[in-house]
Amino acid sequence: MIKLDSKIPAGSLKDKWENHKFNMKLVSPANKRKYEIIIVGTGLAGASAAASLGELGYNVKVFTYHDSARRAHSIAAQGGINAAKNYQNDGDSVYRLFYDTIKGGDFRAREANVYRLAEISGNIIDQCVALGVPFAREYGGMLDNRSFGGTLVSRTFYAKGQTGQQLLLGAYSAMNRQIKLGKVKLYTRREMVDLVVVDGIARGIIVRNLVTGDIEKYSAHVVILATGGYSNVFFLSTNAINSNATAIWRAHKRGAAFANPCFTQIHPTCLPLHGEGQSKLTLMSESLRNDGRIWVSKFKGDIRHPNEIPEEERDYFLERKYPTYGNLSPRDISSRAAKEVVDEGRGAQGQEAVYLDFRDAIKRLGRKVIEERYGNLFEMYKTITGDDPYEVPMKIYPAPHYTMGGLWVDYNLMSTVPGLFVAGEANFSDHGANRLGASALMQGLADGYFILPYTVGNYLGSEKPTLVETDHPEFEKSKKEIQDFTNKLLSIKGKRTVDSFHKQLGRLMWDKVGMSRSAQGLKEAINQIRELREEFWRDVNVVGSANDLNQCLERAGRVADYLELGELMAIDALHRNESCGAHFRVEYQTEDGEALRNDEEYAYVAAWEFKEVGKWELNKEPLIFENVQLTTRSYK
Amino acid sequence: MNQRKLNLTLKIWRQPGPNSAGSFVEYKVSVSPDSSFLEMLDDLNNELESKNLEPIAFESDCREGICGTCGLVINGHPHGPIPKIATCQLHMRNFKDGDTIWVEPFRAKAFPVIKDLIVDRSALDRIMEAGGFISVNTGSAPDGNAIPIPKDVASEAMDSASCIGCGACVAACKNSSAMLFVGAKVSHLALLPQGQPERYIRVQAMVKKMDELGFGACSNTYACEAECPKGISIINIARLNREYIKSKLIADEV
Ligand SMILES: Cc1cc2nc3c(=O)[nH]c(=O)nc-3n(C[C@H](O)[C@H](O)[C@H](O)COP(=O)(O)OP(=O)(O)OC[C@H]3O[C@@H](n4cnc5c(N)ncnc54)[C@H](O)[C@@H]3O)c2cc1C
Ligand code: SF4
Ligand code: FES
Repeated sequence: MIKLDSKIPAGSLKDKWENHKFNMKLVSPANKRKYEIIIVGTGLAGASAAASLGELGYNVKVFTYHDSARRAHSIAAQGGINAAKNYQNDGDSVYRLFYDTIKGGDFRAREANVYRLAEISGNIIDQCVALGVPFAREYGGMLDNRSFGGTLVSRTFYAKGQTGQQLLLGAYSAMNRQIKLGKVKLYTRREMVDLVVVDGIARGIIVRNLVTGDIEKYSAHVVILATGGYSNVFFLSTNAINSNATAIWRAHKRGAAFANPCFTQIHPTCLPLHGEGQSKLTLMSESLRNDGRIWVSKFKGDIRHPNEIPEEERDYFLERKYPTYGNLSPRDISSRAAKEVVDEGRGAQGQEAVYLDFRDAIKRLGRKVIEERYGNLFEMYKTITGDDPYEVPMKIYPAPHYTMGGLWVDYNLMSTVPGLFVAGEANFSDHGANRLGASALMQGLADGYFILPYTVGNYLGSEKPTLVETDHPEFEKSKKEIQDFTNKLLSIKGKRTVDSFHKQLGRLMWDKVGMSRSAQGLKEAINQIRELREEFWRDVNVVGSANDLNQCLERAGRVADYLELGELMAIDALHRNESCGAHFRVEYQTEDGEALRNDEEYAYVAAWEFKEVGKWELNKEPLIFENVQLTTRSYK
Repeated sequence: MNQRKLNLTLKIWRQPGPNSAGSFVEYKVSVSPDSSFLEMLDDLNNELESKNLEPIAFESDCREGICGTCGLVINGHPHGPIPKIATCQLHMRNFKDGDTIWVEPFRAKAFPVIKDLIVDRSALDRIMEAGGFISVNTGSAPDGNAIPIPKDVASEAMDSASCIGCGACVAACKNSSAMLFVGAKVSHLALLPQGQPERYIRVQAMVKKMDELGFGACSNTYACEAECPKGISIINIARLNREYIKSKLIADEV
């Protein structure tokens, strides 16, 4: 049993972070120079942490499997980033952003973390503007905002449909400045494959050089993982095809507890599946729901062209079911509603899809305004599908998109392994059971720019960890294990390709551990995943060699991890006998089909401790709500 | 959904490593027109793997035209024959049954081949590290609305900032010039008030690094603009030249 100490500071919600910062140990500038910090990941969380820690004077080493730091998956975020600036004078405040996020997460996140996030949100925008992020502006030169799902205020800042790109390029440029100054050293095309723990403390990492195949060892006083989410366990998701769980999974196997693995978000507005060989599902930004209206035909099996379906035969099901939030209802609710109408047989032209229609918005605002707001998204849609959304409604369907679960961290973003910090999507911290749109970018940058620089300093200042050199036996042992693992994969020489396993697992996860889950389905899933895992280790064919650029081997290692993680997701989903946020158990729903939470028994974070493959121990961190009242979420 | 399949002949560049010789290898594929170009390669790779052959090494990540990872020369065009899209956005409906398609890596002195279709484009990052930033420490920023920026200036800066760092402009240019890439970053930052203090040092540092790394000079053939997946305009090159000349007049050399 591990002890889960959330280390939430005392005091009122408003004062916690301020007091905590004041009470933290500081490291003198002369001592900062003596500390080594490893950061894995150059997305928003990793790049912003690298820049900020470098500026403070630490020696930072940053690793990414990409060829360039700018490729991190954060680059693909389209819609925007939230901040409680209240520039629109529409009643926003830190408290409202806090409340919306807690409620959006269906009361399964820590109050203190979420409040801090809301508090910091404004500084993020300031920092990004100063770095040259070209956010959208109004005619008067002030920053423009739009709305996102799950809120009634306009607090989302954006840069066309390329907000993630611009924020990442901002953080990347700040990091580049530190590279030039020699405070940050960048290692590209390196995949972290193990965490090295000596005497219970994180001391460094093992990476595979993806060009030469060399297994390399690096040590540091602190290791930070900012390696993103694990939606690709579903094979088809909106994530970049290389996004994977390996870093956090291997750290989990070295002692870091994994929290709420079953909290995975299915995004309502993605392009539907088109065929067998498909490699990913493309997201159409949720911002489209500001002006687009979602509907299906009122009739089953209606295969008419959408433009031939008259107004009175259309069912704007979100507007009908949730009149207050309508098309801007939160993601989990919108996704399930779409699944429901499709399951009824009312999908767009008989397909697994619903319409997202801009006809009325174009009438109301004119084509030019729509073009300005969503031009590149419309083009993207046309390139992929061949249809023109100015003329024909888009077809969309939910797809795996974001993982709220991740490595458990305390208020300082430190995992259950001392010295190992986790930031961005890789941790579980702020979004509870469902994340609101435009909040991941905010969280990644909050973690990297404004939280880690303090909390890492506090750890170094108070614990004064020593550096373990890479010739220590633990480093050697870990390296040897990785070499054995690689050789084992290469020596199976079975009959099935790596991708065939990944696809089969993905389908299974989508069917049984996806948008709606049942005890029976989950039990089946657990068994099937175990069988698939055994088959993988018996019959996979990994071609090529260990000492070369070998993409087949890279994929094999990642799929091996998914085959373990998938099981844990199902176990977590099965143990949580309630529906909350994105976790929907068919056994637990209200009469009108809404999620039915069980606060008496499940208002906790499930932090799983790894024992051996296929075996975990559950640890619970109770969630204590002192400021908000737990209510049934209503978006009606 | 389209049931009809396209039968194609692919001539793909294969090269085991940086120092080995490469050559075109022929493959026959049958593919759905709805499939993307890279999905076709995924399929082919799966087939090769199931025959115990090494898959074709190529790079991609986001597969939606924003990360800049993908990049193939298809029938002589970086990112393929359709303008303003990245390789990953190219769909097979743009080809005809019976076509022969040539697939090569981006070629440039500054982009050495690593394996098959993968090249090393890290020289572009080296240019960014030389000066593609605004020096502001975390925590020291004023309020985001403290400096108003006219809407059209912000959107012009945004246009330049949309570069995805793919390097197609370099691969398209007979001189392997990186002027469009560098011009885009210099313009983005020079247009914004926040970028003013380092405006001239920046352009000098970036141009100097670009020259050092073996990128060629610009001789105004506009091939870069034509192949750029993001439609980055050659106005950015003109701006780069202007900024550079001004910097020589105004600032000391760095
Ligand atoms: C299509 C799409 C659109 C989105 N739009 C929005 C939006 O509009 N607003 C919003 O708030 N959020 C959005 N999100 C979510 C958001 O983009 C992500 O949650 C966020 O960017 C994650 O950032 P990160 O820094 O945690 O990780 P990432 O950006 O995923 O970066 C991970 C980094 O870790 C590295 N890495 C991973 N594993 C290893 C390893 N083993 N070894 C070495 N390096 C490793 C990678 O190379 C990469 O550099 C969107 C997500 C998607 C998929
Ligand atoms: S300017 Fe265009 S072609 Fe060149 S790197 Fe940028 S996006 Fe690619
Ligand atoms: S894979 Fe990202 S731009 Fe093509």
